[in-house]
Amino acid sequence: MLPEAKIPAGPMAEKWDNHKFDIKLVNPANKRKFKVIVVGTGLAGASASATLGELGYEVHAFTFHDSPRRAHSIAAQGGINAAKNYRNDGDSVHRLFYDTVKGGDYRSREANVHRLAQVSVDIIDQMAAQGVPFAREYGGLLDNRSFGGAQVSRTFYARGQTGQQLLLGAYQQMMRQVEVGKVTLHTNSEMLELVMKDGEACGIITRDLTTGEIAAHNAHAVVLCTGGYGNVFYLSTNAMACNVTAAWRAHRKGAYFANPCYTQIHPTCIPVSDEFQSKLTLMSESLRNDGRIWVPRSADESRSARDIPDAERYYYLEEKYPAFGNLVPRDVASRNAKTVVDQGLGVGPLKNGVYLDFSEAIGRDGKDTIEAKYGNLFQMYERITGEDPYTLPMRIYPATHYTMGGLWVDYNLMTSIPGLYACGEANFSDHGANRLGASALMQGLADGYFVIPYTIGDYLAPRLGDPLVSLDDPVFTDATKGVRDQINHFLSIGGTKSPDYFHRELGKLIWDYIGMARNQTGLEKAISEIRALREEFWKDVRVLGSNDTLNSSLEKAGRIADFFELGELMARDALDRRESCGGHFREESQTEENEALRDDINFAHVSAWEWHDPDTPQTKHAEELIFEEVKLTQRSYK
Amino acid sequence: MSGESLNLTLKVWRQDGAGAKGGFETYPAHQIPTDASFLEMLDVVNEQLIDAGKLPIEFPHDCREGICGTCGMMINGRAHGPEMGTATCQLHMRKFTDGDTIEIEPWRAAAFPVVRDLVVDRSPLDKIIEAGGYVSAPTGTAADANEMPIPKEVADSAMDAAACIGCGACVAACPNSAAQLFTSAKVWHLNSLPQGQPERFKRVEAMVETMEQFFGSCTNHGECTEACPKEIPQDFIAYLNRDYIKSKVKNRKLASQR
Amino acid sequence: MTAPATTKPKSSLQPLRKRRTPLPFPLNLYQTAVGKKWVMAVTGVMLLGFVLFHMAGNLKLYIGAVQEEGVYHYDADIYGEWLRDLLVPLFPRTWFLWLLRFGLIGAFALHIHAMYSLTRMNQSSNKVYSSKRDWLAANFASRSMRYSGILVLAYLLFHLADLTWGWIPGYDWERGHVHENVIGSLSNPVVAAVYIAANVLLSIHIFHGAYSMFQSLGVSNPTYNRLRRQLATALAAIVLIGNVSFPVAVLTGVIDTDDRVEHSVEAEESAQS
Ligand SMILES: Cc1cc2nc3c(=O)[nH]c(=O)nc-3n(C[C@H](O)[C@H](O)[C@H](O)COP(=O)(O)OP(=O)(O)OC[C@H]3O[C@@H](n4cnc5c(N)ncnc54)[C@H](O)[C@@H]3O)c2cc1C
Ligand code: HEM
Ligand code: HEM
Ligand code: SF4
Ligand code: F3S
Ligand code: FES
Repeated sequence: MLPEAKIPAGPMAEKWDNHKFDIKLVNPANKRKFKVIVVGTGLAGASASATLGELGYEVHAFTFHDSPRRAHSIAAQGGINAAKNYRNDGDSVHRLFYDTVKGGDYRSREANVHRLAQVSVDIIDQMAAQGVPFAREYGGLLDNRSFGGAQVSRTFYARGQTGQQLLLGAYQQMMRQVEVGKVTLHTNSEMLELVMKDGEACGIITRDLTTGEIAAHNAHAVVLCTGGYGNVFYLSTNAMACNVTAAWRAHRKGAYFANPCYTQIHPTCIPVSDEFQSKLTLMSESLRNDGRIWVPRSADESRSARDIPDAERYYYLEEKYPAFGNLVPRDVASRNAKTVVDQGLGVGPLKNGVYLDFSEAIGRDGKDTIEAKYGNLFQMYERITGEDPYTLPMRIYPATHYTMGGLWVDYNLMTSIPGLYACGEANFSDHGANRLGASALMQGLADGYFVIPYTIGDYLAPRLGDPLVSLDDPVFTDATKGVRDQINHFLSIGGTKSPDYFHRELGKLIWDYIGMARNQTGLEKAISEIRALREEFWKDVRVLGSNDTLNSSLEKAGRIADFFELGELMARDALDRRESCGGHFREESQTEENEALRDDINFAHVSAWEWHDPDTPQTKHAEELIFEEVKLTQRSYK
Repeated sequence: MSGESLNLTLKVWRQDGAGAKGGFETYPAHQIPTDASFLEMLDVVNEQLIDAGKLPIEFPHDCREGICGTCGMMINGRAHGPEMGTATCQLHMRKFTDGDTIEIEPWRAAAFPVVRDLVVDRSPLDKIIEAGGYVSAPTGTAADANEMPIPKEVADSAMDAAACIGCGACVAACPNSAAQLFTSAKVWHLNSLPQGQPERFKRVEAMVETMEQFFGSCTNHGECTEACPKEIPQDFIAYLNRDYIKSKVKNRKLASQR
Repeated sequence: MTAPATTKPKSSLQPLRKRRTPLPFPLNLYQTAVGKKWVMAVTGVMLLGFVLFHMAGNLKLYIGAVQEEGVYHYDADIYGEWLRDLLVPLFPRTWFLWLLRFGLIGAFALHIHAMYSLTRMNQSSNKVYSSKRDWLAANFASRSMRYSGILVLAYLLFHLADLTWGWIPGYDWERGHVHENVIGSLSNPVVAAVYIAANVLLSIHIFHGAYSMFQSLGVSNPTYNRLRRQLATALAAIVLIGNVSFPVAVLTGVIDTDDRVEHSVEAEESAQS
């Protein structure tokens, strides 16, 4: 049974305020009697730890990184949305809410999204007060830029390093609580198990990545802020260490995993250059404002890009979508790139990219103007590819970038396990089937700063005086033993192939079958091939070394084991969702113009999957989505 | 683009742990594509080591786009290698020539003990931030962001400082193992902004004195700026020194008089 | 199996040194490295001022003998006399000079002590690389400060013994006969070589010191910062050219004795006091 989503009653605009008034509170003097574990110190985790610490809770924050500042939020470039309406261009909380629901292709919960839009304005105030050096105009006021999918300018930014600056702000705020002793920081500590007693979360088991020490930690509530699972694709724009382990181990303990097939592919990344490639680099989407996308018309084209006359160039986006041209949404741009590359029209040594050409813009505005706008991106491109984008067109190709799916949570951000919460990219909540640019940072901070600090009280208040579960309790000793056993098992397999080999192979399967376009045969094939590879993995993985020291192969093996199970669930979810929506494109469900075709009658729901055991497929629970404010329409960018 | 490849010899520092004795091991790195990044080159070597049943080289890395500050090693005597303003992960093999021998060592400083091979413990940098690298603005207390205009030049300069990725290359490159550049970057970021003024002198005092518990003293060699992937200028060290001396000399009651 | 019962984070790295309990102002300034470095810079400025002033004074050696009330004196000797007479109605004779000397001794003492203590701190913070460093910004001057400083100190002691106290045999040292003492001393090629070497080292010290002091003092303004390097180079060059010229000039006979100068008894006496 799916638990209540706990969406408050009342008009949309008042739900959150009513809810804050209705939920139970913990008296300030009593907060220190509660111990809360926060796993993850990205935007969501750092802001939650800082705020919970400020409120008086005893917070223990965990990260597998050597410093909280290394969380993957640091890599976000573009910006963060907020309905400030500083441009006076007609933005409002309602418009941001509307854009997000529409952008998510009507697969998100209205009430959650509305709350997100409401608190977005407080985030900017909070971050500015924290000393985040947002870009400013000469008058000293905050600057904005516009971002994909929105007709207003509501994106705040700090050069091309918005995520870094926001994370540093939240990290610094958390470090202040570390200094005053309200937050205890555990770095290099990877959560490997969730511990439960009587159906409620009561602690976690961690491994110290530098010493191998397995430790148990108890708490009154556990908050997972452990990021997304894009690395299941092996090649993605995510950092190398991003993984699903924390969320997955919670899933295995009973937390429902929602919408795993909603993954976002970003259209402007640098294509793979060789088989050793370890990760893909995102180039800001803003490039599409001035660059023209094309491929040669002929598959046998061998001339350099500059020598191909205009007539023999195929500006496929401009031809197919005259109104939006190169500015079509991310999923449309990505899928079209795949189509032309699949037709053999790709460019570059591996014929795996499309051109993003600035020659016209340089001719029109001058090199200096283009350099002022994109100089740092061009430099980054040149550093990675060794090509000068001022003279040769850039080569780009889509890459996995973000995962909308995640642990199912109710309005309070509590998962289906009482006492276990999920915030940030780790939960499924606000973006539906597709996330708008600059909205992930907003969501992470909204959850951490303004939602969880209030809603956690509702769970804790009635538990005042409850003792922590003792670390000697069998639930802890058994969980510790389970973790030890898995580690020892990996070390004893003595197979022939490295963990990375399996990860790469898994990634290829996922990309080919559960990537930008999915179909029934492919998905069925994916399930059986992932299973076969998983079996091989458990028999043949080679993990050298020992547990009692830094051992990256051992870390990877544990994470890849979880990716296998997740990959299978993604395929199953994609197979089950026989419609196209947002980032999920089923070839069987498209319009005549090859646009995603939703099926609102059968699929206007969240699919929340319940774990049984490794060999039994998960069961699906559907949470119907009810739209009170927004009218469902079919997207068209023609 | 090129599709060319290189044959290289690596001399890599291997060390089992903080207490253990380390030393260089020599490995061949053959058929490395020039398009590969430096870390991908290490990935390839590691795959070969694993195939041969040897322990892979542990090296620090994560984002591989030059922003998280995890990566970093001494490459041929230069922190982050031969390309200026570039973190190790953004360094590409086309900067090397066929037949090169590349020496790779971990960051070295008394406050950065080796964890294993090329990985060191940089937690003292967090301690410096913890001491005062923040603005005390508890969640929910903030006024509207546009109520405090900040001249664009000031915000830009603060951003220059805030660009630091905390990689520790400045310490690694400094002949004195001083963390002045890292500390000054955070101090200048916050001390130059209006939001940072109330805690300005307390902050610089606490951060400098914590820094000195772990690191050496700056004698203005300037190696740090050269090594810094974000090219944080040495000027910030001067601002740090100035504010620190002021923090001792100035009566805090008069702190509003800049 | 029991779980390792721990909810504490693993003990983080221990500091290399303790934070001192602050002494009252201004002593607290000297308790930290940044403060010590500031003191070094302030004393460095004083020393630099002295070196330049001293060099300018020594340029009088080139003037040779001048006529004063019909009697010939060496201009350098007059200058030495003038120093002793500084601010005379206000202070008794030589008092102010002694004040300056104490200032100078204090500056040297602080400069050297700070050097010692910071060097110790740096040595304990540092771990050397096994591979060869490829320096980009650090130069010979910046990396040899402590050695150039110590050698300058050694030279200074020799120099005082030579020209101020007259302990070095080889010529007839006479108090107050500055010009002749210098010629007596520096006409020995070995002594001249020591002077030349020492002043080359001093220039090297100044080449980095005069640049570094701006940073240490926190004097920084992006508009002018590029001038710091030029200024330091210029100062080093001035000291190099000026001070090296003296031994060279003596050896080549450009600075020479003048037969017209006769040391009167009164002059001797006044010099003794
Ligand atoms: C290249 C790139 C660019 C982006 N640009 C933008 C943008 O411009 N605008 C925007 O809004 N969004 C952007 N995003 C998305 C956005 O950055 C992320 O969705 C968001 O930062 C996620 O934050 P988080 O706090 O949920 O997770 P993360 O920042 O990923 O943090 C996860 C934390 O959990 C910890 N952790 C994970 N597992 C464990 C475990 N088992 N044990 C212990 N700790 C664990 C990690 O150490 C880390 O601290 C971008 C993403 C990428 C990849
Ligand atoms: C007349 C002689 C000297 C002059 C003019 C002089 C000048 C200076 C100056 C201007 C500085 C820069 C200060 C700063 O940046 O804080 C300096 C630094 C230094 N001096 Fe001297 N000094 C002299 C003698 C000495 C002596 C005798 C020693 C050692 C015994 C010494 C050792 C040092 C050291 C170690 C430094 C620090 C190096 C650095 O900042 O890079 N100096 N000196
Ligand atoms: C070639 C260069 C130099 C020459 C020719 C020279 C010459 C002299 C002479 C003649 C005196 C004695 C003055 C007197 O007794 O009245 C003297 C004193 C002194 N010199 Fe030099 N000097 C030289 C360089 C230096 C340098 C580089 C330093 C510093 C590092 C220095 C430091 C001193 C000091 C401290 C005294 C003592 C001053 C006093 O008694 O008040 N000299 N020098
Ligand atoms: S100042 Fe530069 S070198 Fe030092 S930690 Fe920051 S980014 Fe790295
Ligand atoms: S290299 Fe070191 S000495 Fe100072 S200027 Fe940089 S910290
Ligand atoms: S790996 Fe993140 S900065 Fe290099």
